[in-house]
Amino acid sequence: MNAAAITVSSRRRARGLFAHQLRTEQLVFWRSREAAFFIFLFPLLLFLLLGAVYHGHFQGKPIVWAVLAGLISYGCANTAFAGLAIQLVLRRESGVLKRLRSTPLPPPVYVAALLASTLIVFALQTVALFLLGRALYGTPFPPSVGSLVATVVIGAAAFAALGTATASVIRSAEGSSAVVNFILLPMAFLSGAFGPTKGYPYVLRAIGDVLPLKYFVEIVDAVYLHGQGFWTQPGALAVLGAWGVAGLVLTAFKFKWEPRGES
Amino acid sequence: MLAIEVSGLRKAYGDLEAVRGVDFTIEEGEVFGLLGPNGAGKTTTVEILEGYRRRDAGEVRVLGSDPGKPAQDFRERIGVVLQQSDLWPNLTVREIHAIFAGYYGAPRDVDEVVALVGLEEKAGARVKTLSGGQKRRLDLGIALVGDPDLVFLDEPTTGFDPQARRAAWEMIRSLRSLGKTVLLTTHYLDEAEQLSDRVAVMREGQIVRIGTPAELTTTELQTEIRYLRDGEEVLLQTNEPTRVLAELTTEAVARGEELEGLSVRRPSLEEVYLALTAEEVDE
Repeated sequence: MNAAAITVSSRRRARGLFAHQLRTEQLVFWRSREAAFFIFLFPLLLFLLLGAVYHGHFQGKPIVWAVLAGLISYGCANTAFAGLAIQLVLRRESGVLKRLRSTPLPPPVYVAALLASTLIVFALQTVALFLLGRALYGTPFPPSVGSLVATVVIGAAAFAALGTATASVIRSAEGSSAVVNFILLPMAFLSGAFGPTKGYPYVLRAIGDVLPLKYFVEIVDAVYLHGQGFWTQPGALAVLGAWGVAGLVLTAFKFKWEPRGES
Repeated sequence: MLAIEVSGLRKAYGDLEAVRGVDFTIEEGEVFGLLGPNGAGKTTTVEILEGYRRRDAGEVRVLGSDPGKPAQDFRERIGVVLQQSDLWPNLTVREIHAIFAGYYGAPRDVDEVVALVGLEEKAGARVKTLSGGQKRRLDLGIALVGDPDLVFLDEPTTGFDPQARRAAWEMIRSLRSLGKTVLLTTHYLDEAEQLSDRVAVMREGQIVRIGTPAELTTTELQTEIRYLRDGEEVLLQTNEPTRVLAELTTEAVARGEELEGLSVRRPSLEEVYLALTAEEVDE
């Protein structure tokens, strides 16, 4: 076998391992009823509540459209950032990550499969949000599905990088869910994911201005409310990308496969 | 063929020298026991061999490969049982075996491995319903499902009840009969003595003694001969038990006496181990 043949066969093997691990992650996710319930249904519940309390218009569209766009953004951060960070901490502290590392499963394939699995869950959730919005509040389906999918993939990549970075600095499994939600819920509120921030005090809006989720909400608003391409928001993409890169750098320096309890 | 070759291995964490110049080799098909108290450097040594940690100095070959820069098939050929590992609680025993089997190019039959580790009756049970001993058997099962040539067992029976330990020992013996090489770390001396072809005793980052359990117990401490004289116990310690015993019994027979309570006892590995780990290490 020559070098090229080895590369081809190892690539095929990596694809097989990715599919295998993706199936594994889906099985693990849906088998754990509590986690599946909270992660999958929580944004839907929020949409029901927020859709009922907001009235008026935002950027010339019915405000419930903006609420839906905000919850898609929140759902993306919830699965790619919070879900991933909590999963990684739990698996690191229980020794699963360390155990997997001694198998032939390559770490990049593992992380890619975990991320793809959270994206599948999020995609189903987004479909459910659109159906729910259509049925209850008359919200339209996205004008360009392709642009929305691209936006969500970009956002998920950035939030996943921040999720692995956050997992790297959380020390114990017990506190992981609290710490992650302590970051995510205020961020979602300040970024306008739970409804427009126009009426917020100046200080709160200023804090929101540096958060990645705010810029992600802007891109989703442009794509969903106004039917624009995601590339029409270069400034927001740049801020989101910078946060993603910062997350990757922190991950590269701080990420550990072994439980923190071990030296 | 050698499965593992280690020479001059060193590893420090900051100022703490965890491993200070370790040398040993393990033959293919051998069961090798690494014994020592907590903090002796056993786990650090094993984790370097498994590819988890980088070494500071020394040469290491595991299955012909440097675990710091492993060959492509290195992880296909090793199986690992970690001290702590708590797999997905909501999956079943069989599902987890099938998941791990999927990571390997040429795995063993899943149901066969589940049976081998004695979990057939629990094959459909979720992991969270297993007892501690059953979870360790699951750990062993997923270490074997890839059909490895070399198996690392880090304290495989910690927390087992005596019956579960016997069962685990039988499984480890069956690994030897399958021709696997096994590197076992343990606190339990009887475990090392029962299972290992050779034992290395580690203390403060160094190997203080290495050999078969029989070699360790015959050379290190003197054999004890006890009997009762006028109701008092007499204890003789000797390196020449045959001669001493012959003299003792010849005299007694000549006097027409019975040596009451006569016993001859070789020191157990435990006593050798305690003596070794208590004595000062030569610098």
